[in-house]
Amino acid sequence: MKPARFDYVRADTLAEAHAVLAAEGENARVIAGGQTLVPMLSMRLARPKVVIDIMHIAPLAKIAEEKDAIRVGAAVRQAELLEWPALAERQPLMAMALPWVGHAQTRSRGTVCGSVAHADPSAEIPLVLLALKGEIELSSRRHKRRVAAEEFFTGLMSTACAENELIDSILIPSRRVGEGFAFREFGRRHGDFAIVACAAVAKGNSVRLGVGGVADRPVARDLLDLDGSALDDALDTLAWDLEARDDLHASASYRRALVRRLGKETIEEARRCRA
Amino acid sequence: MATAATNWLGQSIERVEDAALLTGRGRFIDDLGVRPGTLYAAILRSPHAHAAIRAIRADAAKALPGVAAVVTGAEVRALSSSLAVGVKAPIECWPIAVDRVRYVGEPVAVAVAADRYLAEDALDLIEVDYEPLPAVIDPLAALDPASPMLHEGLRSNIASDRSFRYGDPERAFAEAARKVSVSVRYPRNSCTPIETYGLVAEYDPSEDAYDVTANFMGPFSLHPVMARALKVPGNRLRLRTPPDSGGSFGVKQGIFPYIVLIGVAARAAGRPVKWIEDRLEHLTASVSATNRVTKLDAAVDADGRIRALAYDQIEDVGAHIRAPEPATLYRMHGNLTGAYDIKNLSVRNRVVLTNKTPTGLNRGFGGPQMYYPLERLVQRIAIELSLDPVEVIRRNLVPAEAFPFETASGGLLDSGDYARAIEGAVVDGGLAELRARRDEARRQGRLYGIGFATVVEPSVSNMGYITTVLSPEERRRAGPKNGAQATATIALDPGGAVSVHVASVPQGQGHRTVAAQIVADALGLDPKNIRVIADFDSARDAWSIASGNYSSRFAAAVGGAVHLAAIRLKTRLARVAATQLNVQPGEIEFASGRVRARGNPDNALPFNRVAATSHWSPGSVPDDAQALRETVFWTAPELTPPTDADEINSSLCHGFIFDFCGVEIDRVTAAVRVDKYVTMHDCGRVLHPAMVAGQITGGFAQALGAALYEEYAYSPDGNFLAGTFADYLLPTTNEVPTPLLLRIETPSPFTPLGAKGVGEGNCMSTPVCIANAVADALGANALDLPLTPSKLAAFVHGKEKDRPSSAGTQAAKGARALHGEGETKVSASPEQVWAMLLDVDTLATIIPGAHAVEKVSDKKFRADVTIGVGPVKGRYRAEIKLSDLDPPRAVSLSGSATGALGFGSGKGRITLSPEGSGTRISYGYDAEIGGKIAAIGGRLLDGAARMIIRQFFAALARRAGRAAQSGFFARIRLLFRRRP
Repeated sequence: MKPARFDYVRADTLAEAHAVLAAEGENARVIAGGQTLVPMLSMRLARPKVVIDIMHIAPLAKIAEEKDAIRVGAAVRQAELLEWPALAERQPLMAMALPWVGHAQTRSRGTVCGSVAHADPSAEIPLVLLALKGEIELSSRRHKRRVAAEEFFTGLMSTACAENELIDSILIPSRRVGEGFAFREFGRRHGDFAIVACAAVAKGNSVRLGVGGVADRPVARDLLDLDGSALDDALDTLAWDLEARDDLHASASYRRALVRRLGKETIEEARRCRA
Repeated sequence: MATAATNWLGQSIERVEDAALLTGRGRFIDDLGVRPGTLYAAILRSPHAHAAIRAIRADAAKALPGVAAVVTGAEVRALSSSLAVGVKAPIECWPIAVDRVRYVGEPVAVAVAADRYLAEDALDLIEVDYEPLPAVIDPLAALDPASPMLHEGLRSNIASDRSFRYGDPERAFAEAARKVSVSVRYPRNSCTPIETYGLVAEYDPSEDAYDVTANFMGPFSLHPVMARALKVPGNRLRLRTPPDSGGSFGVKQGIFPYIVLIGVAARAAGRPVKWIEDRLEHLTASVSATNRVTKLDAAVDADGRIRALAYDQIEDVGAHIRAPEPATLYRMHGNLTGAYDIKNLSVRNRVVLTNKTPTGLNRGFGGPQMYYPLERLVQRIAIELSLDPVEVIRRNLVPAEAFPFETASGGLLDSGDYARAIEGAVVDGGLAELRARRDEARRQGRLYGIGFATVVEPSVSNMGYITTVLSPEERRRAGPKNGAQATATIALDPGGAVSVHVASVPQGQGHRTVAAQIVADALGLDPKNIRVIADFDSARDAWSIASGNYSSRFAAAVGGAVHLAAIRLKTRLARVAATQLNVQPGEIEFASGRVRARGNPDNALPFNRVAATSHWSPGSVPDDAQALRETVFWTAPELTPPTDADEINSSLCHGFIFDFCGVEIDRVTAAVRVDKYVTMHDCGRVLHPAMVAGQITGGFAQALGAALYEEYAYSPDGNFLAGTFADYLLPTTNEVPTPLLLRIETPSPFTPLGAKGVGEGNCMSTPVCIANAVADALGANALDLPLTPSKLAAFVHGKEKDRPSSAGTQAAKGARALHGEGETKVSASPEQVWAMLLDVDTLATIIPGAHAVEKVSDKKFRADVTIGVGPVKGRYRAEIKLSDLDPPRAVSLSGSATGALGFGSGKGRITLSPEGSGTRISYGYDAEIGGKIAAIGGRLLDGAARMIIRQFFAALARRAGRAAQSGFFARIRLLFRRRP
């Protein structure tokens, strides 16, 4: 369990990171907190020629309050966001979900944007970003662009981030008046990959439910004006639409059952919390 | 002579081990320095469950700078001989694959290089041609004579089939009011130590001798096995252990084949070689507990009295019968009737081979597999007879006055008062309150259950029990095997300081502390003044085949030997002191660091001065009172070999455990929460209460893992699925509740200190206790471990309703591991699409990540491909075959890809149907993915397979679209554009 040989570039500026990405393309891999990439390197699942460390690029290390969003830079660790005093007030859903991300030890190394970049189908941060209709800001040597979370997660560990791009920051929409939030997750042990995770945003009688851990990416659905058996039916349809898979930890049928049950609990809680 | 003052034993004194461990000064195998020039090994392992090795090409690996040697089955065969096998059959057991791999993770080649990084680089360059063979994974399938055979020498996959009969079971079944049965599949799991295997091996050609330091834990009956395999007499295999070992729980017995393997590699490389196993290797291929299929019947009277038991056990030892297997199956043989007085017993024991990792020692060793059916059965008896489970247990217990009690199968239960222990647990553990709590929970509509388990915990194995697998005739030919020699050495130095050595190879338990307590009590000293050494050197220390750290033998056997050695020294020292103090030896007592005349404490000498006498003034001491160094070997006379009637006292000591627990099952998630757990133990005399509590608590945590979380899971194809701690789930502090520990003491009459083992009991009692509680909560009968929420959901959620018409279509679940379907529409005609599928250039552009496609024949292609998802990428050699051609309507594609990360193989059917001006392409596939990638990324494989197959069809659609639009010239252009 030792990595193959690679070059390590500690970028001090974004331009430096962009230049390496432009030159190396798919042979380069950005490293931030390393909580996913380092095990992959050690097991030789990933064999980049160059690893670009972006943790020393000062502008990326910031959490900033913008007009309607919280901007979280690519070098911000999960623990830092969790400890950010304004988080629970500005965006309760992210505050609810972050304690479910791995363990205290991995959160103090792993970054918020790293989890978005990795796009694990069970990951909490991509799920919340999608449920909140957040955005991802990407940059390359010549361009900067914003991609909606809806378009960013394209499949299993696959995103819209091009080979020459990196994530600068993500924009987490701030809470708006009248919104209620809830987050529920079930894994076999605390800190495990979610078998099913649900994030709900309720406003008025409509609700947006995001589901992680089931499809090959987080999926969110807007459920308008649904209650009682109509809500149950909508959740049932959603559960089937996610093309749940069997694996060692859960059958597809069990995952669907959790989407229906946890999904409903999450929606009900979000509705109770509308303010 | 004065009796020993028992001041220290029974106290939870501070452990002498902890200061070093807590300050990072532990000396584990990987902390020890190595000789200059030591090389490092990495092991290439089989991605296949079963395959013939056609060729191994290692030239590129050998040519890599820094690589000293690549060792394969051929070299190992030339330099060593097969490991001895525990059954009489013409089969071989090598520490590396020889011509054939039989389980995922089996070593195939060892690369030896200047460092581990280079050694792993070398592994990437070794090419192995495998010819996959059908695998057999299920132990019941292995009974079938038509199942794929692992070892031709056996002529089937059944390595042993023995039947036993004690008392008159047929009559008991004929006369009993009822027959109650359970069928159980006990899964594979392991007690995973935090420190993996590690060793340094060296071969000295001038002496033809091996010198190995390894975190091996014994039993040292394996030392002659290793020496024989290395083709040297035992005195030329020097085996040492480091001072500290990071846990074992039985598992580090399984390092022994690697001692042979790396020994050979060191000999081939001509230099010392170090190997530290990594976690993936450990989980995949170190050693596992056996999985077992059991049918257990009981003949039961109407009042719940059990008249007879009939076991049918099918033990799965994996791909080789590796020594000391099939010991797991026989360790419980003397106590198959548990805590119960059951006179009639029949047993059929079959040992089967399957394409899984070979099994070995594991905490509980045979107990979890046996007590799970037995105690499930006791619960079933209560349910079927509408009795209280505790009442059924009580009615069947061995009565207190019957000890020592001889069991039907020849076990001798040394001591106990089972009824009193149960009574104590019921009262002090609050069973009545727990029942009220269950009733209240049920009134609220919650799923709550209570379970019980009663276990006799054997310890100090009889080294002869394993020969019960042989017939009496075979045993007579082989010569008697029995006993369990324990050894301890105590030495006095010229300053009168006391040193103790034990060959118990501790793995963190605290043997050094307890040995110091024992000697301190015997000699009237403070434990701080006694230095205990527990690292081991086969060339210098006293040892025997039973040495080592297993069968919970320390307190009972090794502690006893320490005590006997101390008493022997004391007797001699009393004679030395008696002369000097001018009293009779019988009037001498040892207390507070002094040796004195009883009744006259002023007539005394410092202990050190008496203890130093034989060094400085031997002439003043009679020959038979010289006190310098005492080595004691001790074995119990009760450990006799199996009788001709196959009666065997398989263990010397038998502790008692009665557990009960309350669990609640979540109605939404179906997860089990252990609400309360009570565990009552009688382990004889307790030498160090905190260590006993530590053993029980640790065993409980591992058993909770076995009950709810852990499984060494395999796919039906034999791919290993639990290669990381993300898939092999150990309970953490978040998951483990604190059990209530209760205790009574009935000292063993068979051990010098009255102590019994206590290390393994909860691994036997807790899984079934929790399962019984879950069964009670759910009204479930058949329950196999681990009790995962997904498994229990069937009971909690009921049957799932059919898919509603509002949801989209979805592929049906296939028989193979990965299965999928899909379709895509393209704007080319079926004829155009057909031409593309058969065209090598087109395939090169649509096969994801293809570097070079080579047409082997009209229907066969070969390609180098880089396939991956996200950052996970691997290079594979792929072969694609077309068959069942029905132009231009349908074709079957089958393919396989092999690379460093593992292999994939699959088969798909593509159907083309005209739709408008274009074509609808429908496909379905079954795929299998094996090797490292399956062991690591199980939860993502299905998604990854889907993604890669969609990439293929998306590329086909794009390509077809272009072809349809652009005609002949565009196709020519595309051909040129293909290569950048």
